[in-house]
Amino acid sequence: MDNPFDPNVTLHAGCNCGHHASQAEHELAETEALNRRVIETTVMKALFPRDAERRRFLSVVGASTAWAAISSLIPFGTLEAMAQEKGALEKKDLKVGFIPITCASPLIMAEPLGFYKKEGLNVSMMKTAGWALIRDKVLNKEYDASHMLAPMPLAISMGVGSNASPTNVMTIQNINGQAITLAMKHKGNRDPKNWKGFKFAIPFEYSMHNFLLRYYLAEHGLNPDTDVQLRVVPPPEMVANLRAGNIDGFLGPDPVNQRAVFDEVGFIHVLSREIWDGHPCCSFALPTEFVKQNPNTFAALYRAILKSAAMARDPKNRSIMAEVLSPANYLNQPKAVLEQVLTGKFADGLGNVKNVPERVDYDPFPWYSMAYWILSQMKRWGYVKGDVKYKDIAEKVYLLTDAKKYMAEVGMTPPKETMKKFKVMGKEFDPAKADAYVDSFAIKKV
Amino acid sequence: MIKAQTLKAAFISFMLFAVFLGAWQLATLPKDSTTLAAADAEYAALMGKGAEKTDGFPPPAKVGRAFVEYLSDPFYDKGPNDKGIGIQMAHSLARVGLGFLLAVIVALPLGFLIGMSPLLFQAFNPFIQVLKPISPLAWMPLALYSLKDSSISGIFVIFICSIWPMLINTAFGVAAVRRDWINVARTLEVNPLRKAFLVILPAAAPTILTGMRISMGIAWLVIVAAEMLVGGTGIGYFVWNEWNNLALPNVIFAVVMIGVVGMGLDMIFGALQKLVTYRE
Repeated sequence: MDNPFDPNVTLHAGCNCGHHASQAEHELAETEALNRRVIETTVMKALFPRDAERRRFLSVVGASTAWAAISSLIPFGTLEAMAQEKGALEKKDLKVGFIPITCASPLIMAEPLGFYKKEGLNVSMMKTAGWALIRDKVLNKEYDASHMLAPMPLAISMGVGSNASPTNVMTIQNINGQAITLAMKHKGNRDPKNWKGFKFAIPFEYSMHNFLLRYYLAEHGLNPDTDVQLRVVPPPEMVANLRAGNIDGFLGPDPVNQRAVFDEVGFIHVLSREIWDGHPCCSFALPTEFVKQNPNTFAALYRAILKSAAMARDPKNRSIMAEVLSPANYLNQPKAVLEQVLTGKFADGLGNVKNVPERVDYDPFPWYSMAYWILSQMKRWGYVKGDVKYKDIAEKVYLLTDAKKYMAEVGMTPPKETMKKFKVMGKEFDPAKADAYVDSFAIKKV
Repeated sequence: MIKAQTLKAAFISFMLFAVFLGAWQLATLPKDSTTLAAADAEYAALMGKGAEKTDGFPPPAKVGRAFVEYLSDPFYDKGPNDKGIGIQMAHSLARVGLGFLLAVIVALPLGFLIGMSPLLFQAFNPFIQVLKPISPLAWMPLALYSLKDSSISGIFVIFICSIWPMLINTAFGVAAVRRDWINVARTLEVNPLRKAFLVILPAAAPTILTGMRISMGIAWLVIVAAEMLVGGTGIGYFVWNEWNNLALPNVIFAVVMIGVVGMGLDMIFGALQKLVTYRE
């Protein structure tokens, strides 16, 4: 864009070159021409690895003949269309589902901030009553895309707990941002070894909450299948159940944990980052079919979500986010609660003020290694039987290559690798040895 | 005499309500919060102390405020997840109306058929007896899975719950029409269609309407639960959304509204019933 304060630049009526109606049109034409050039250059480079050969060829047959000959072999038009993400949107009115928790912040915030609008999308945010309903509504095509738990697209793609239906993860919504919350009456009983017979709530079977809680309990010698009861309770209903004494605690998403503290019915035992710092929680997912049918809408959606994630990562924006997310149309929670979750300065329910700025973060990058770990736990707890093709499933479901591409496009710097090792409660996970990892646990259900 | 009694009854109703409100007010008088006597001012601020916050059961005044707030602007629309009570009610009523209408379309002819033929009655009876006691909400997962649409599923659940009382009552009403009347019609060689509409229908109408009244009552009970499950719009969704926020005044408001609308629906059917009742 030209500097609007430059006296020599015309902003209205026509462009610099005079061929276009406006400056914006001129710029669009310029980018298109540039795109074409880039593609043509790439193709020519590939056809003639040595530049001398290319020059000799062109001078012999002439440029126009050469172009005709090569374009009969290589579909420049198609290549261009593929490269041109700003093409016409196939679908503009989208329905996106979400569960009212802070994990959904980036995909919600993109609406009031106008990130969807800027991409030409008209998105309705649909609040949904539970994860099973999210799964059904996505499978039924009532929603075009949705907020999902990170393991859900893997499970749905494999047909575990659902009809097999290929589903993709575009971005991870948030990392960390969960906690184990216990009822006030267990204030003096902080050692998990004494938790035999407890009833815990988890939001869904195929959730990080389930896998992290199982991991945590098993590391303390409890078998989550026999020693405690795990109940599926939709996140918004967890506090009401904790108050009623139906459950002893839960590993739940925020702001539910903080709400339990705020209402003086529970206290935060550990934050999930103390179990695995940097664990994924929720994701932004959509059916593979949608990606194939609507490539341009998909690209536009990607840019909007990533811009929103970049915004949400900035600690400066967290207080404003709390304010925007608080009304009934979005999370329907007191601002004071959301602010504690998002800024990381919170009351723990036991009389202490804690300051953990990294309590929740919004790193969108869908590491394959995250999918590997999730699959390893699904195997460990018997959700999938037999051999697990970690690589195939992870690469099919987590759109890491696309994420890299669009992250670069919106000015973020994606990591170069696709996998990394990490530690869960001090024990290292090496994605290359996922099966050995599963075997190394004493408590499992295989 | 009757007027005096109505006045007395109204007075007693009013007194009961006043006593109820008084007891409610007494029970929810603010207590000194002694739990967590954290001297730390910062901690207290984070816990929302000092500010207005949901602490225990709300007193009547707070609930009254919710009434005023929602009823003064019943048709606001602040996005897909926050709409006024009027819009929510309209959604619920539309679902109930549609499901109920479908049930009428199926139940009345089928009921007639079963009622007129003892053979068919016996043949259908086992199915009706097995299907009748199934909780309509148990159909929800099946409906969601096979109909692939949540709002149609909601309507289906209303349909399936309101069909049985109507079907059974219609069949019973039709079967119980006095033989003399049918015999008279037969003597006069009335054709079957005329017989059905001019003799049996008026005779069985009070029983059929009783069935419809029961059905409507059940449908209104079920819609709230169904909408809490499926969400999106409707009064049930409203209750669920306010429950998430543990905003009890709003939940109480919604509960009262559900009661009022349910009473209205019942009164409509009561009036219809009076209209078709005859004295022998």
